[in-house]
Amino acid sequence: MKKIARELLFPLIAVIAAFVVGGILILLVGDNPITAYRLLLGSALSWPDGIGYTLFHATPLIFTGLAVLVGFRCGLFNIGVEGQLYIAAFATAWVGITLANRSSWILIPLCFAAAILSGALWAAIPGVLKARFGSHEVINTIMLNFIAVSLVSYFTQYHYKVPGDPILQTATIGPGAHIARLGKFVPGFPERIPLNLAFLLALLCCLLVYLFLWRTKWGYEIRATGSNPSAAEYGGISIRKQIVLAMAVSGALAGMVGINEVLGYRYRYYDGFSDNYGFTGIAVALLGRNHPVGVILAALLFAVLQHGGIYVDGFSENVTKDIVQVLQGIIILFVAAESFFKWLVGRGRPLPRLRASE
Amino acid sequence: MLELREITKRFGDVLANDHVNIVVKPGTIHAIVGENGAGKSTAMRIAYGFYTADSGEILVDGQVRDIRSPHDAIALGIGMVHQHFMLVETMTVAENIVLGAEPGSAFALDLKSAAAQIRQLSEEFKLAVNPSEPVEHLSVGQQQRVELLKALYRHARLLILDEPTAVLTPLEVEEFFGILRRMRAQGKIVLIITHKLSEVLAISDEVTVMRDGKVVGGVQTKDTNAAELARMMVGREVLLRVEKTDSHAGNAALEVRNLSVITATGAKRVDNISFEVRSGEIVGIAGVEGNGQTELIEALAGLVEPAQITGEMIAGGTNLNSIGARARRELGIAHIPEDRHRRGLLLDFNLAENSILGVHYRPPITALAGGVFLDDSAIRKRATEIIEGFDVRPRNAALPARALSGGNQQKLIIGREYHVNPKVLLVSQPTRGVDIGAIEFIHRQLVSLRDQGCAILLVSAELEEVTSLSDRLLIIHEGRIAGEVDPRVATLEEIGLLMTRGH
Amino acid sequence: MRDIFTLSLIASTIRLATPLVLAALGGLFSERSGVINIALEGKMLAGAFTAAAVTYAADTKFGLGNASPWVGLLAGLVAGLFIAAIYAVSCIKFKADQVVSGAAINILMLGVPGFLSGAFFLSSGSTPQLPKDHLLPQSPVVIAITILLLVAVIWYVLYKTPFGLRLRSVGEKPEAADAAGVSVSRLRYSGVLLAGMLAGIGGAYLSIGQSSLFTRNMTAGRGFIALAALIFGKWRPVQTLLACLLFGFTEAVSIQMQGAVKLPSGEDIPVQFINMVPYVLTIVVLAGFIGSSRPPRALGVPYQKEK
Repeated sequence: MKKIARELLFPLIAVIAAFVVGGILILLVGDNPITAYRLLLGSALSWPDGIGYTLFHATPLIFTGLAVLVGFRCGLFNIGVEGQLYIAAFATAWVGITLANRSSWILIPLCFAAAILSGALWAAIPGVLKARFGSHEVINTIMLNFIAVSLVSYFTQYHYKVPGDPILQTATIGPGAHIARLGKFVPGFPERIPLNLAFLLALLCCLLVYLFLWRTKWGYEIRATGSNPSAAEYGGISIRKQIVLAMAVSGALAGMVGINEVLGYRYRYYDGFSDNYGFTGIAVALLGRNHPVGVILAALLFAVLQHGGIYVDGFSENVTKDIVQVLQGIIILFVAAESFFKWLVGRGRPLPRLRASE
Repeated sequence: MLELREITKRFGDVLANDHVNIVVKPGTIHAIVGENGAGKSTAMRIAYGFYTADSGEILVDGQVRDIRSPHDAIALGIGMVHQHFMLVETMTVAENIVLGAEPGSAFALDLKSAAAQIRQLSEEFKLAVNPSEPVEHLSVGQQQRVELLKALYRHARLLILDEPTAVLTPLEVEEFFGILRRMRAQGKIVLIITHKLSEVLAISDEVTVMRDGKVVGGVQTKDTNAAELARMMVGREVLLRVEKTDSHAGNAALEVRNLSVITATGAKRVDNISFEVRSGEIVGIAGVEGNGQTELIEALAGLVEPAQITGEMIAGGTNLNSIGARARRELGIAHIPEDRHRRGLLLDFNLAENSILGVHYRPPITALAGGVFLDDSAIRKRATEIIEGFDVRPRNAALPARALSGGNQQKLIIGREYHVNPKVLLVSQPTRGVDIGAIEFIHRQLVSLRDQGCAILLVSAELEEVTSLSDRLLIIHEGRIAGEVDPRVATLEEIGLLMTRGH
Repeated sequence: MRDIFTLSLIASTIRLATPLVLAALGGLFSERSGVINIALEGKMLAGAFTAAAVTYAADTKFGLGNASPWVGLLAGLVAGLFIAAIYAVSCIKFKADQVVSGAAINILMLGVPGFLSGAFFLSSGSTPQLPKDHLLPQSPVVIAITILLLVAVIWYVLYKTPFGLRLRSVGEKPEAADAAGVSVSRLRYSGVLLAGMLAGIGGAYLSIGQSSLFTRNMTAGRGFIALAALIFGKWRPVQTLLACLLFGFTEAVSIQMQGAVKLPSGEDIPVQFINMVPYVLTIVVLAGFIGSSRPPRALGVPYQKEK
C-alpha cells in the first residue's frame, strides 16, 4: 500500500503544481481560476453526456498511452504514435470499404487485423532502423509521422474520397464493420454518444499489456532491455530483437485507435481526425508512471480536461480551451523534472533510504 | 612543492582515500604505486580539482590552497594527463591544446600563434606533433604527447600522469622516459601514477606506495627494489586459506587456442592466448586489472562481437565464436561478471526477477501455457533456494536488487549461476567490494562447485584469493600469459613480479 | 520542366526557406553543444505569436507605425529566449530527459498562444491582421542577403572564435572540456539560449514577414523540418543552409507548381509526395545511407561528473 502511495505521489504533485501555475495564468488574463476549474472539471461528471464523452475521449488516449508505455519499458521513445494511428485508421477504413458487403463475422476481425498489423508495421520501421543502423528512433518516428499523414492524405484524396465531397474523408465503411455503441446495451444511455465497445477493448488492452509485460517471458526480456541492456545481453537476450518487438507491439496498440475512430465513431476515415492523440499519449504514459493502471488514470484526467475545455471556452470570459494544452504541457514538464521534486522534498524531510541495513 | 595532508575521501560505502599524506619535492620524478583500487587516482584527482576531499588539505608551495575545479588547479600550475585521454577526437592537435586558454581575442581565435607556440614547446621538450592534424588520426603515443603539451602550454610546473605507459609500446615507453627526464631537467615536477614496478625503478626518484586507500610507505627509489615494492603493494594479513582437497581433474571442458581480442578501435587486448580448463579444476588468472582479463572473459561469455575475435574457443565440442551468449549458456557455460551492477544485475528489478535472468525463457520458469507465461511459483521457488542457499540478506525476494549491499548482490549472482549446474564457470573478481564473511562463503561455494566437476576459470586481482583457490595459476600481462606457477608453492613476490613486469 | 526555374519560384524558395534556416541554425548551436532540441517548433511558435501580438500592440496602442515590426521582431526574439530558458533549466540544471522536456514545450506552445490570444484579442487563436506596410521587409533579395550574412557570421563564430571551439568541444567530449577548465553547463546554456533566440526570430519572420498575422499552429511542423534540415546538413552551417533551401524548394514547388511537374504518364505528382521528400531524405541520411551522419558525440546525454 505504501508503495502505491509513493508511486502516486509525484504525479499528483505534478498535476497540482500544474493547476496552480495554470491558475496564475488564468488570473493574469482576468478570470477567476476557481470558476474556470469548476467548469473544466465539473462538466465531466454529468450523466449521460459528461461521463459518456469523457470515456469516449479517454479511449484513444488509453491506447496511445499504452503504446508509449511499452516503448518506454524497452528504453525507446516512440513519438511516432501519431503516424502509426493514422496509418492504422486508414488501413481499417480501407478494409471496411473494400470488403463493404461482407458480414460482420468476416469484416470485423479483418478490420481489427488491419489496424493492429499496419500500426505494428509502421512502428517496426524505426525499430529496424535503430536495431540495424543505430539511428535514433526519436527523429525517425517524427519524420515517419509526417510521411504517414501525407501518405494517408494522398490516398484519401485521390482514391477513396466520394467524388464531390468537399470534406477530405473517405467513403463510408460497410455496415458489417460497425461496432456497437454502448448506448445499445446500457439503458438510459443515448446512442448519439460515440462511446463504443472500443472503450472496453482499451480496458482489455490494459490488462493484456500488464500480463504481457509482467507475466510473460517476452515482457521480461523487453523490460530487462529497457532497464539495463548490458545485463540483458549478459543474460542471453538479443537487444536488437527486443527493440523491433517492442516497437511493433507499441505500434499495434497505437493502431487500435483506428478501431475506436473508424469502426465505432465516424465509420469512415476522416482526415485529421486525431486531436493530438499521439503526443497526449506521451503525457499519459509519463504521468501514469509507465504502468497500465496509471495510464487509465492519466487518460481519464486528460479526457476530462479535453471535454471540459469546450465548456470553459464557451462559458468563461477570457479563458479558451487552449488552457487544456497549457496544463498538459506544464504537467509533463514537472513530471520530466522529477529530480527537482525529489530535491524539493528532500530539503524538508529526508526521503526514506532504500538501502536495507545489514 | 605539492603536499597532500590527511586527505580523506569517501564514495558511498567505499573509503577511497584514508588520511593520505604525500609530499612531492621540487625537481623530482615521483611515482605513486599501488594496485587497482588502492586510491592513487582518487588522490590525484583531488589534487587536480576533479573531486573535493571530505577532509584534509592541499598545500602548494607551502600554502594551503582551495582547489575546487581543474580551473583552480591549472591556475596554480598543476596539470594532469588522464589515463583515458581527454581529447576531442574530431578536433586538431592545436585546437585541443589551446581549448580553454585560447590565444587571440574573444572574436578571433588565433590558431596561427597557437601553432607557433606549440612548435616552440614541441622543440623545447622534444615532443614532436603536427598542430594541424586531427587527433583521431594520431597514434596513442602521439596523443599522449598532445596531452603533455596541453599541460605545458598552460605553464604547468607539476605534471600528474595517470598510468601514462599503460597504452604505450616498449619503444614508446623509452621515448616517454626521455621526455620525462627532459622535463625534470627543465625544472618541472612529475608525478606518475602507475602499477608497473619496472618503470618505477627505471625513472622515478621517489616512490609512495598506496594500498586500500592508505599510504603504506614512501621511499627513495635508489634505496629499494622490485621485490620490496611488490610486497608493500600486495601484501596484507593473510586471510583464511580455503580448505580444499586436491582436485581430481577430468577432461578439458574449455579450450582456448591462439585467442586474440581487439577492441572496436583496433587495440589488441588479448594477444594469442592458449590454455585449457579441465572439469573439476580451478584455473586462476592473476594479473593487474587492465591486462586483458576483462576482454578474455567477455569474449568467452559471448559478449564481444565475433568480428573482433580471432582464434578458437571450444567447449562442449563447439567453437564458441559461432554461437551467441544464450547458446553458450545452454551449453552449460555460466558467468559471474566483473561488474555486477552493469552486467550482473537488473538493479531496478526485485531479487526474484534477478534470480531468473538467463533462464527466464525456458522451463521450469515458463512451465505454464506452453512456455509463454512465467510461472510465479517456479520463480519463487528458485529465488528462495538461491536466497537461502547462499545466505542473501535481507531474505526478501520482493526487494529491488539495488537495496542490497555489494556482498549480498554478489551472493545472489553466484547463487543464480550455481543453480544452472554449469559445466564451465567463468568468474571475474568474485569478491570485489564484498565483506569478509561473504568472501569466505563465496570461496567455499566455488570449491564445492569444482568438486562437483565444474571447470572454473577464475580471474582475480586479489592474490590471496587466486592463489588459495586455484589448482593451476596463470599470470596475465599485457594480453599474454606471462607464466604459469604452482599456486601451492609460488611466493607472492614471484607472482607479483610476473604480474607487474611480465617476466 | 523549364517552367520550374522561374524567378518567382526562386523568390518563393527563399521566403519559405528563411524560417527554416533561422530555426535550423538555432538548433545547430544547441545540438553542437550536446543538447537535443526537438522544441524548435515550440520556440518558433512562441516567437511567431509574440512578434505578431507585439507588432499589433506597438502599432495600435503605441502608434509606432513603421517601426512596429522591428519591435515585434525583438519581442519574438525575447519570447524564444524565454521559452529556451525554461527548456535549458529543465535539461541542464535538473537533468531532465531532453526529449521529454522538448515534447512538453511543444505541447505547451500548442496551447499558450491560443490561450493568450483568446484573452487579449478575443479570437480563437489568431492575432489581428496587420497592414502590409507594417511587416518585415518582403524583398527576396534583402532576405537572401540577410540570411547569407547570418550564415557567414555563424560559420565564423562556430569555427573561428574561442566560444565556438568550446561549444563544439562540449558537444563532442564534455569531459575533455571540463578537464581543460571550461564550464560545460555555461556553454550548454549559451547553446540553448541562442537556439531560442534564432528560432524565435524565425517564428517572427513567419508571422510578420511571410504573412501578416499569427494563426493557430502556423508553424505546421516547420520546427521539425528545420531539425531534419540540421541532421541532413550534418550539423554544419553551410550544409544546413543548403538543406533548408532544398526543403524550401520542395515546399515552393508543392504550392506553386501544382500540375507543372508531371510523371511520365502525364499525371500530376500529388502534392503529398512532394511534401514527403524532406522527411524521407532525413531518414535515409540518418541511417547512414548517404555518407556518414555523425552527430555530436555527447548529444542528448546530460553531463555528470563521473565518480
